[in-house]
Amino acid sequence: MESYPAADILDVCVEAGRVMLENGAETYRVEDTLYRIAKSYDLVYINVFVVPTALILTVQGRDKQDHTELLRMTDRQTNLEKVAKVNDLSRQLSQQILSPDEVKDKLKEIKYTPRNFKQWQRNLAIACACGCFPLLFGGTYEDMLPSFIAGGLGHMLFDFVNRWTNVSFFAEMLAAFFIGLCAVLFISLGLGNNVDTIIIGSVMCLVPGMAITNSFRDLMAGHLLAGVAVVAKALLTAGAIGIGIAMVLTFL
Amino acid sequence: MLLDYTTYFLAAFIATIGFGILYNVPTRTILASSLAGATGWVVYHYLSFQLDLDYFVGAGAAAFLVANCSQWFARYYRMPVIVFAIPGIIPLVPGGSAYNMMRSFIEGNSDLAFMYATETFLVSGAIALGLSVNSGLLQALSSRTLGKRDKRYLP
Repeated sequence: MESYPAADILDVCVEAGRVMLENGAETYRVEDTLYRIAKSYDLVYINVFVVPTALILTVQGRDKQDHTELLRMTDRQTNLEKVAKVNDLSRQLSQQILSPDEVKDKLKEIKYTPRNFKQWQRNLAIACACGCFPLLFGGTYEDMLPSFIAGGLGHMLFDFVNRWTNVSFFAEMLAAFFIGLCAVLFISLGLGNNVDTIIIGSVMCLVPGMAITNSFRDLMAGHLLAGVAVVAKALLTAGAIGIGIAMVLTFL
Repeated sequence: MLLDYTTYFLAAFIATIGFGILYNVPTRTILASSLAGATGWVVYHYLSFQLDLDYFVGAGAAAFLVANCSQWFARYYRMPVIVFAIPGIIPLVPGGSAYNMMRSFIEGNSDLAFMYATETFLVSGAIALGLSVNSGLLQALSSRTLGKRDKRYLP
């Protein structure tokens, strides 16, 4: 079997880790994938450490030298398709070895895969989801339209403010405040029956479902540091939504 | 009653599709993840409102079911579990109790607020428990095959 320089393999691993972590994979999955990739190239003494904002990887190559790389992450989003693709790639590698350059090309291809749906389609989808939530939370059919409008506009506002200021706490608070205002406005205009179910339904588009699920999966896998960090993020988001809604309710 | 449950199923199905599109779930698995989410919600509603059990019993059972379905879908489609579990869990998140808690606190009704706070805490704990019981069972039942494959980091 051909042997490749350890530094090249490390570059591939770090790039794969970056794509996974950027797009919302659980920490333990990133560690597992990087371990498998490094293992499939016959490296030894592999140690991977991943937290939600950084990853460190140390291996020993054929030349008996230790190599370490550190990657610092800043922006995170959610794109589960890319996570699934990198996972697939690591499975392929354990079957058949590719040269690091080929893997790098494939990773680049994954990195620049466009999203399946455009921005307005995503907003429409989330508005439809918000329109359905009042039914689940004991509302009536009349509450669906106000929730649809408030949820869709609220999510658009969240996206815009988040991209503009890059402070997600502020964006969530503002969006929740806006949703509360919309709900009160719709009720006073005579649209919808119950202000509570409208607010609950449309605020669901801001709920940190990703963080909640991932943090518990991480905690159960024994990654306490990463799990607690993500729980903190979820609590912060919940607090932001609560404060935004509370500001509306005090004036009610 | 059948009509009610069909409505709930459809509503939860559409809601999960919406979140699947937002999180960019691969297109060929969107329907599978929505199926998991909608089934989970119907089970939650049946246990909590029809059989009058506590909310957290229903939420725990539903979360377990969603996680279990996701596990099987993940094997069938050869994709990570989170692709199915994340959109499916969203409808179960106790948004209603959290909102009622906030509202009671604002209105100065702290007894009621603490009741809702307990409910929120219990339901989120139950969801976590449902998820973890599933992965624990999976690990316990397939530990031999996992050992063979030299898997160092277990889910």
